[in-house]
Amino acid sequence: MRTNGTPTQLTQGSRTRGGIGESTLRPDGTLKVTGEFAYSSDMWHEDMLWGQILRSPVAHAEIVSIDTSEALATPGVYAVLTYDDLPTEVKHYGLEIQDTPVLAHGKVRHHGEPVAVVAADHPETARRAAAKIRVEYRELPVITDEASATAPDAVLVHENRTDHHASHVSHPNIVHRQPIIRGDVEEARRRADVIVEGEYVFGMQDQAFLGPESGLAVPAEDGGVDLYVATQWLHADLRQIAPVLGLPEEKVRMTLSGVGGAFGGREDLSMQIHACLLALRTGKPVKIVYNRFESFFGHVHRHPAKLYYEHGATKDGKLTHLKARIVLDGGAYASSSPAVVGNAASLGAGPYVVDDVDIEAVALYTNNPPCGAMRGFGAVQACFAYEAQMDKLAAKLDMDPVEFRRLNAMSQGAVMPTGQVVDSPAPVAELLRRVKAMPLPPEQQWLTAGEDADVRQLPGGLSNTTHGEGVVRGIGYAVGIKNVGFSEGFDDYSTAKVRMEVVGGEPVATVHTAMAEVGQGGVTVHAQIARTELGVAQVTIRPADTQVGSAGSTSASRQTYVTGGAVKNACELVRERVLELGRRRFGTYHPAWATAELLLEGGKVVTDGGEVLADLVDVLGDEAVEVEEEWRHRPTEPFDLRTGQGFGHVQYSFAAHRAVVEVDTELGLVKVIELACAQDVGKALNPLSVVGQIQGGTTQGLGVAVMEEIVVDPRTAKVRNPSFTDYLIPTILDTPTIPVDVLELADDHAPYGLRGAGEAPTLSSTPAVLAAIRDATGLELNRTPVRPEHLTGT
Amino acid sequence: MDFLRPASWEEALAAKAEHPTAVPIAGGTDVMVEINFDHRRPEYLLDLTRVGDLYEWEVGEDSVRLGASVPYTRIMENLRAELPGLALASHTVASPQIRNRGGVGGNLGTASPAGDAHPALLAAGAEVEAESVRGSRRIPIDAFYTGVKRNALAADELIRAVHINKADGPQQFSKVGTRNAMVIAVCAFGLALHPGTRTVRTGIGSAAPTPVRATVAEEFLGAALDEGGFWDSGRIIPPSVARQFAELCSAACNPIDDVRGTAGYRRHAVGVMARRTLMWTWESYRGTDRATEGAA
Repeated sequence: MRTNGTPTQLTQGSRTRGGIGESTLRPDGTLKVTGEFAYSSDMWHEDMLWGQILRSPVAHAEIVSIDTSEALATPGVYAVLTYDDLPTEVKHYGLEIQDTPVLAHGKVRHHGEPVAVVAADHPETARRAAAKIRVEYRELPVITDEASATAPDAVLVHENRTDHHASHVSHPNIVHRQPIIRGDVEEARRRADVIVEGEYVFGMQDQAFLGPESGLAVPAEDGGVDLYVATQWLHADLRQIAPVLGLPEEKVRMTLSGVGGAFGGREDLSMQIHACLLALRTGKPVKIVYNRFESFFGHVHRHPAKLYYEHGATKDGKLTHLKARIVLDGGAYASSSPAVVGNAASLGAGPYVVDDVDIEAVALYTNNPPCGAMRGFGAVQACFAYEAQMDKLAAKLDMDPVEFRRLNAMSQGAVMPTGQVVDSPAPVAELLRRVKAMPLPPEQQWLTAGEDADVRQLPGGLSNTTHGEGVVRGIGYAVGIKNVGFSEGFDDYSTAKVRMEVVGGEPVATVHTAMAEVGQGGVTVHAQIARTELGVAQVTIRPADTQVGSAGSTSASRQTYVTGGAVKNACELVRERVLELGRRRFGTYHPAWATAELLLEGGKVVTDGGEVLADLVDVLGDEAVEVEEEWRHRPTEPFDLRTGQGFGHVQYSFAAHRAVVEVDTELGLVKVIELACAQDVGKALNPLSVVGQIQGGTTQGLGVAVMEEIVVDPRTAKVRNPSFTDYLIPTILDTPTIPVDVLELADDHAPYGLRGAGEAPTLSSTPAVLAAIRDATGLELNRTPVRPEHLTGT
Repeated sequence: MDFLRPASWEEALAAKAEHPTAVPIAGGTDVMVEINFDHRRPEYLLDLTRVGDLYEWEVGEDSVRLGASVPYTRIMENLRAELPGLALASHTVASPQIRNRGGVGGNLGTASPAGDAHPALLAAGAEVEAESVRGSRRIPIDAFYTGVKRNALAADELIRAVHINKADGPQQFSKVGTRNAMVIAVCAFGLALHPGTRTVRTGIGSAAPTPVRATVAEEFLGAALDEGGFWDSGRIIPPSVARQFAELCSAACNPIDDVRGTAGYRRHAVGVMARRTLMWTWESYRGTDRATEGAA
């Protein structure tokens, strides 16, 4: 620090580079592409043991007996735990309803439910020991659908329910029910010139993240445990783990380790408690890594759904009413089913103006695999149905499907079926206009200069099934609406700790949050926000852990909004303190310290006119300025249980797609040629990341349109394809060009005007592809994913 | 699990004779999956990767002797002219990484009805060179597949090579999967025209307990082509003949419903592939160059 304290150089302040709005590169990108990124499954500890879970081979059975003696006697085995070994009275966990046993107690309710855990000094030893545990099951009838769940003599999946939804459902095998009633459907139906009805089926999709569930629990000297794990929300895990272990939360120290994708599948606990129990029991570090097969049983899936829709419209193309019933299969445990129900119901009408609405959504308890959060969260299933309905209505009215949608599209100021006014831009018609206006890909791109067809451009690809025979092009459109952030009155806050100090002669900001970076690019955005707000070049992002307050979940398209908002807020508070420090030190040297709007830019304090007042290095000197602060978006409120009315959602997000497909109509094979997307993101903090999110979401939607489905045997409720051999996800040859048109219409309620972006493209992609296939084939196709059998009638 | 690593073919045969339960492994495409899934836990693994001979091929006057471990990538790159059907099938095997490792010996050893090479080997008319310490023999491909994932090898035998006649006419291969790459066949079809003998051979994958030929369809088509003088005239095959050929190919299937597809779809798809591959090969045959590969 200079002795007289007077800034000597009053040059123009340089704008800070790498701030918001720039496509700065993500720090994990190169590492991931080159295979050097350390995922949670790569962790290693001297002297560690390997945990292995024994899972139920049947979907529904009483456990008559468990004999662990042979497993325990296996050399190399350190512990075998069952329900009876759980240390406290808290033996269940769950995101909303604590109905999931840590280890099965007396009964298993789904195929793959954890029954016992083993720790051994080698993973293969642990696997073999687990196979030696003798469990005697007495099988029970399986509940697999609404009819079997609500039959008068139905076996109850959960007896003696005491959760907060138990009192308002009509049957104990229904997790939650949410009606949305507005206007008078019976009356409005009379005004309809046309009515279309449809029954739609949405298959069970898996998140299929590439990094399987894994983590490392290390027992600590204070009797606590350090847990390194790939998850989506550290503090929600902590809240569920600590009571089962009988430890105060401060003795369960969690650190996020490298996450290989999430998409909702890491919201629920997987191996966390099991690893901690084994570590505390054995006094040794315990690592658990699921293999791919186990991963299909290790997390919840997207709810499969049956959707019954009736829409009416006048002959000039205005929607009159909507009556809908959405039945979601929640599987054996509640997970986030209640919130999925709220979303499916409240967003069930789509981004359209329709005044008279009667929607009912329910989630069932069954013996199918548990379902919960997945990208799009209830809005995906509804979008598949209402978009099919829009096409049917347009066809019946002999109208262009895009024109029909635009006639009914909502815009800012529209009233949702929940009564909530949409109080920020809702450019639904504009998004549709933009995807429609994009140039179409050329026809017959498989024709090459020579005589041979380029089979890569054809349905079937290199499998060489057609050289153009039977191939018909189809085009389809869809648009969707997704809520951003946690809804229905949830206290959806985040915490950020920001520190500013001089390191090595440079001002440096350190950002510390508990936000789970699961690949969405949050850490990149946090650094950009800190640069913009604090005018520094160097930003250090601390690893996410529970030593700082909760950041909430990396889901619901919320992290840039909420934790980004928290970082922005903490930066602003730091900036105020830095400026105070500056005023104290240098205020007397320049009147602008007292009178002007001051900014931090390019490592300097500048006036809004651009005049430099001081170097941050001089202002800070030896001091560090640090702020930890919670930040909240505006509150929401629960939906009325009878009418569904309420200010339930904090923000809405919209995307539209145009799909161009080519279908081999004889073989029923589909090649998606192009999936054009237009989406409003309010403000693209990192445009490259935003486009990546849109392309990823679009591809995930394509997957469930034409291939992705967990197949559950309806007689046994057992999963038939728990591997990447038969659970197919799109390869690069299945992934079309995805031109993206990003709109930036600011939402004044949100930081920087941004709008959560990650989920909306997953909604409209699927129905757009289905619409295009219907266009090519003339088939009704009320089910997704579409299989060759459906297209060939075989 | 013991891992046997013979340095030569003779050592490999001796090891297999000593340990008849030993599971040979080369590319590992099938064996490693089964081990990882814990579907089998063999007492011995017999690693053949040090036996260099298995990675070589010889192009003879009339046929190709293809070492059991020659990777699919090599077949695609080097044997397209001689073995066009097998080269097309090789293109559809899994991913580039797996095509760099896996070879025809593995497909034959596993003898899964879904192995991609089988329809092409059946259509081309291959012979499997099997050997043990007792001696060497050649097993005609038609007699090789004996049941679901079972083959004609004796417990002490190893596959050394496959002998495949060089294409004397156009060959084609098609495979249906529910994604456009890296997919296990829902069903597959191979077709080879043999103008030299004025015969047609087929191979069907994943549509019966074993890979099979559609012999009735072959005989029907052979007779129709012969009687109509098509081999000489090179006339377009009438749609009715193509349709009946397709139906007979469908009829040769004995498929099941499973998680990858229905029996009905498999029968249907084999018929469509039969008709299309017939058209492609015949178009090539009619072409001036009498190409050995259908337009692909």
